[in-house]
Amino acid sequence: MSRDRGPDASAQEPAPDAVPAVDTRLLVREEGLKGYLTEFRRKMRSGELGSLPVVIAVIIIWTVFGSLDSTFLSAQNLSDLSQQIVGTGMIAVGIVFVLLLGEIDLSVGSVSGLCAALFAVLNVLNGMNEWLALLVALAGGAAVGLIHGFFFAKVGVPAFVVTLAGNLAWNGLMLQVLGTSGTVNIPGESIVSKLYSTIFHSPAAAYVTAAVGVGLFLAASLLDARRRRAARVPFRPVAEIVLRTVVIAAIAFAAAYILNQYRGLPLALLIFLILLVVLDFVLRRTTYGRQIFAVGGNIEGARRAGISVPFIRMTVFMVAGTMAAAGGIFLAGQIQSASQTSGGGNLLMNVIAAAVIGGTSLFGGRGSVWSALLGALVIGSIQSGMNIMGVSNAVQFMITGSVLLAAVVVDSLSRRTQKAAGRA
Amino acid sequence: MPETPVLTLRGISKRFGAVQALSGFDLEVHSGEVVALVGDNGAGKSTAVKAIAGVNPPDEGVIEWEGRPVSINRPHDAQNLGIATVYQDLALCDNLDVVANLFLGRELRRFGVLDEVRMDKRSRQLLDTLSIRIPSVRIPVASLSGGQRQTVAIARSLIGEPKVVILDEPTAALGVEQTAEVLDLVERLRDRGLGTILISHNMVDVMAVADRIAVMRLGRNNGFFDKRATTTEEIISAITGATESAVTRRQARKREEER
Repeated sequence: MSRDRGPDASAQEPAPDAVPAVDTRLLVREEGLKGYLTEFRRKMRSGELGSLPVVIAVIIIWTVFGSLDSTFLSAQNLSDLSQQIVGTGMIAVGIVFVLLLGEIDLSVGSVSGLCAALFAVLNVLNGMNEWLALLVALAGGAAVGLIHGFFFAKVGVPAFVVTLAGNLAWNGLMLQVLGTSGTVNIPGESIVSKLYSTIFHSPAAAYVTAAVGVGLFLAASLLDARRRRAARVPFRPVAEIVLRTVVIAAIAFAAAYILNQYRGLPLALLIFLILLVVLDFVLRRTTYGRQIFAVGGNIEGARRAGISVPFIRMTVFMVAGTMAAAGGIFLAGQIQSASQTSGGGNLLMNVIAAAVIGGTSLFGGRGSVWSALLGALVIGSIQSGMNIMGVSNAVQFMITGSVLLAAVVVDSLSRRTQKAAGRA
Repeated sequence: MPETPVLTLRGISKRFGAVQALSGFDLEVHSGEVVALVGDNGAGKSTAVKAIAGVNPPDEGVIEWEGRPVSINRPHDAQNLGIATVYQDLALCDNLDVVANLFLGRELRRFGVLDEVRMDKRSRQLLDTLSIRIPSVRIPVASLSGGQRQTVAIARSLIGEPKVVILDEPTAALGVEQTAEVLDLVERLRDRGLGTILISHNMVDVMAVADRIAVMRLGRNNGFFDKRATTTEEIISAITGATESAVTRRQARKREEER
């Protein structure tokens, strides 16, 4: 076969020097901690901020409020805070899923109120088994999400319009469900109250939880590195794994220590953390999670790769609905009632703010469920601090609004920097 | 060529409303050859590719795969036969890294969980055998250059071990050096025994890598040329229709004799 290729005949055979030649422009990670630091600096410069801004925000907020009023950093306040953020955080997890698709769900506030009301009416007023009522409430949230997903994915209505309509409609349905009673009080011995208020008083509970979490992280990291080394693909050096583990252990045991200074580990926090670990695993380690990121990155690309885009969209809205229901249940347990104001007020703004502040991009395809925890912590800290200082609601709204705007500005700027650095 | 073509199209027609996009289109692709499909804008190249890829099934005509008639009604059918298509827009997910893009929709799993280690290893092997140079298989595709993205997209089409690869304008948006990289890759596809259909506007690229050149004009064949026995001028006049009578008739007659 003739191999005459005219002008560019110089590279006749697959250039033999192409494989081993090391291009100096290639990003080769240096060994050890030095390489870790250069990589970190490179990421910062190119706008891959990750959770760094929100961690800095938490430190600033805690320093400011702590210096203004010493009760803010007390074990009691921080323990209460860890319990209060669970409801918001759970709903924000659902928002993270939706944001990963580059979409938005404006109905989660109403859905959380509706599902809390469903539980209260079924269990308290009609005497249904409390576990069954809980299940019905969660399934109700999933069904609502399925309806949103159907109109968005199958009919083609923009998600924000579908969920905006849902926001009003589900609020109406909640008022209908509550009927004339208006407010249903949930007794303290109900499962919903217990889910929120149970606290493991034994100091061992918090420490064991911290130890198990850190141990699992270390074991998983080491096993992964070993498999990678055996397969001769790049792996994390042991020094880096140890450093990461030490940081995580410091945070986990400090949190456990503070919780034990007051009353112990709240069940709600434990459930929230387990849920985050499980959903993080789903997003990063399963085909389903990979498909969510793919749809968020390039819908056409995902479709050509054989991914069913409508299926992903509908199930993601179901996740958002279910998480809204779960969050609503915890919020109802917190105030021990379901009322006409459940799920209203600034809840919707707070959960969206939490997801975005935590570092999940509004533009889709980038984020992690951990941003729900970090974002809820920021929002919760601001509210708690301002409550302690007796700041009025008016000012609280303005400040929370400003923080949300700041988070979106950081998101937009980092995206722009990423584009400039060729990373978006 | 004596052996059975891996892919044969006979008399393919496709009509969109009032427009006859393809009429009686023929094409043969053998293993280990690069067939360039050239023609002016609107000549029917894209329609022909979509018929092969199962995106727009043809109204009439026969598609044969390794000598057996087959029907390709969905993109899935084409993939199952072993036809991979790399579209001009590449359809890569910018936010995912190279490995994730290569295996998108075909992820390797271990106990139901993504097997990143095995995907990582196979990606490196594949990119090495194709002599594709990219900074790291673990960076988002967004940070790659246009040529690198094109090579990643082509490499992705090879994950499913196809027998025919269709490349839609792979060098259209690339610079000189990147174009050379992609053309090298096209030659490597031929060396691996794949049949390649290369759609291009660029005569230099076509003459550089193609073995045979199929010219389309107004939805019809307008001549088949052997790269060794033709010139750029001859092909361009077939594309523009300047030699409507001479070349077409001669080629048509020759092909009738072959049958």
